[in-house]
Amino acid sequence: MSLQVLTYLFIGLSFGLYIGIAIWCRSASTNEFYVAGSHVSPLANGAATAADWMSAASFLSMAGIIAFEGADGARYLMGWTGGYVLLALLLAPYLRKFSKYTVPDFVGDRYYSQTARLVAVVCVIFISFTYVAGQMRGVGIVFSRFLEVDINIGVLVGMAIVFFYAVLGGMKGITYTQVAQYCVLIFAYLVPAIYISLMLTGNPLPMLGFGSTMNDGSGVYLLDRLDGLTTELGMAAFTAGNKSTVDMFFITAALMAGTAGLPHVIVRFFTVPRVRDARISAGYALVFIALLYTTAPAVAAFARINIINNVEGMSYKGAPDWFSKWEDSGLIAWLDKNGDGKVQYRGGDALIPVKPEYLESRGSSGERQLANKASSSANELYIDRDIIVLAHPEIAQLPNWVVALVAAGGLAAALSTAAGLLLVISTAVSHDLLKKTFMPQINERQELLFARIAAAFAVAIAGLFGIYPLGFVAEVVAFAFGLAAASFFPVILLGIFSRRMNREGAISGMIVGLTFTFSYIVYFKFVSPQANNAANWWFGISPEGIGTLGMILNFMVSLVVSRFTPPPPADVQNMVENIRVPR
Amino acid sequence: MSKNNNDYWRANITLMSILLAVWFFVSFICGILIVDYLNQFRFFGYKLGFWFSQQGAIYTFVVLIFVYVWRMNKLDRKYGVEEEE
Repeated sequence: MSLQVLTYLFIGLSFGLYIGIAIWCRSASTNEFYVAGSHVSPLANGAATAADWMSAASFLSMAGIIAFEGADGARYLMGWTGGYVLLALLLAPYLRKFSKYTVPDFVGDRYYSQTARLVAVVCVIFISFTYVAGQMRGVGIVFSRFLEVDINIGVLVGMAIVFFYAVLGGMKGITYTQVAQYCVLIFAYLVPAIYISLMLTGNPLPMLGFGSTMNDGSGVYLLDRLDGLTTELGMAAFTAGNKSTVDMFFITAALMAGTAGLPHVIVRFFTVPRVRDARISAGYALVFIALLYTTAPAVAAFARINIINNVEGMSYKGAPDWFSKWEDSGLIAWLDKNGDGKVQYRGGDALIPVKPEYLESRGSSGERQLANKASSSANELYIDRDIIVLAHPEIAQLPNWVVALVAAGGLAAALSTAAGLLLVISTAVSHDLLKKTFMPQINERQELLFARIAAAFAVAIAGLFGIYPLGFVAEVVAFAFGLAAASFFPVILLGIFSRRMNREGAISGMIVGLTFTFSYIVYFKFVSPQANNAANWWFGISPEGIGTLGMILNFMVSLVVSRFTPPPPADVQNMVENIRVPR
Repeated sequence: MSKNNNDYWRANITLMSILLAVWFFVSFICGILIVDYLNQFRFFGYKLGFWFSQQGAIYTFVVLIFVYVWRMNKLDRKYGVEEEE
């Protein structure tokens, strides 16, 4: 069967499965809509959390980033898994005992303040929309490349599916579709990785394979071969880092604390029946996540070797199918600097500006001509990092069904995360904003209706982001983690571990942490992007890592202010004591 | 807070501190601060520091959560604060 037919088949089957589950688990009450009635088994919640958490970025982009950055990619690997240790030990069990529906619920009740609740609602909505924007784009890219339909149609189909199970099913529908989506995405990630690991090293486990010797009889370790190839071509050695130690430290810490503070992840722990289920469920979630995260660096190393071996010195006229298809999609570009008709792959950026700007015409070898100027580097090739996971099975010449499977997996990753985020947004609107703040008189049925309407609106807005992508989506992802690290993580942590922490301390801490982090990122990403380099950063911390400093400021301000203001009322102190014990 | 619950909370904090110390050691220390030093040693086909930052830290995180679950469930029973079935 052709690749396109197989892709339609796999995507069709997986979508049919999601819709079936959505019909089977409709939500009838707000309790079911917000937290699936708190009846989800810890194992199912673990799988759902893993799918909720692993987005188009984890599935499609991460291995690509590591493939090109090598050792520096570790900040994502450790940052996005280490956060679960914080979540399991410091937050999840206590929030489960608190047993309400949302993060603003906790902030509002613990700090006996509507202002605190509103600040939390604004953060939840901002963080979640930032995050969801990238997901819909991911859906569009998969559709346009593999089904050769317009990106916008892909986004519309994705919206329709999410609309169906998020609006109908609420948290209950989302939870069980996420379990199915986890199975699809992990299968789709592991199958090609195992295939390629066997081809390159003979070891079926990719996590061990990339520490094994090459299969070509040379007896050389794969990573040594890769370090050799990269240095030979004038690139940085794969296993050597380029980022400064202080920046790696701060970025990793911001990603960890941000992960633990992301509302759509936290809310998953409200869906299990008991405190001990919340603990073990975080463990299952991390096992499921670690399966992908320990495979990703292996995929990265394999992809880098395969790309170098296949592309370097290749004559453009004899280029394989995938090369020209991705060139047509605008994610690969080649500028024949020395006019020999062969691709020369070296260190450094090939083009100025870095991203290709295509002309309508074709060059002498048939390549798409570019408006970009040639850089001083001998490198002639531009490859977009986001295509690595999708293109690698084709580069390694795996069978068509594997390639089609990867497309279905990418969609599962993007849709599951989008649904979780949209639910958090709709809950923030119907529960925190309407029921708890502006329209306390509405009854349960009305609240549920508002929740569905808010979910529908959120889906529509997310779709707009997919169709009209903001050029700065990648830039604002730093926001989501930085803000979560500088706001929710400290505020929730202190709410549990400091009985003395009061309203004044928490609000001033949140405001200082948020304002500081927000201004720093805005300044370097939008106001003066040309100044965004290590020489101008405070203490050498990039905007990606500044959330850690914001978090430290938040902790300091909250602790100081709370010592000079009255302690929280007795019932709040009792509540803190109560959430500290399971029974 | 009753004495029993207070003792339970202290035991919890101790356990948590130990586990978080390990968490910090494998990721921030081995994976970032002394990664270059560790890279002079080999661990199978990996440089040791590279292995910690891209594999070892993650495996340790998983183990830490399961140790936490096991120890906490024991503490819950010891102090009689476990939830009903």
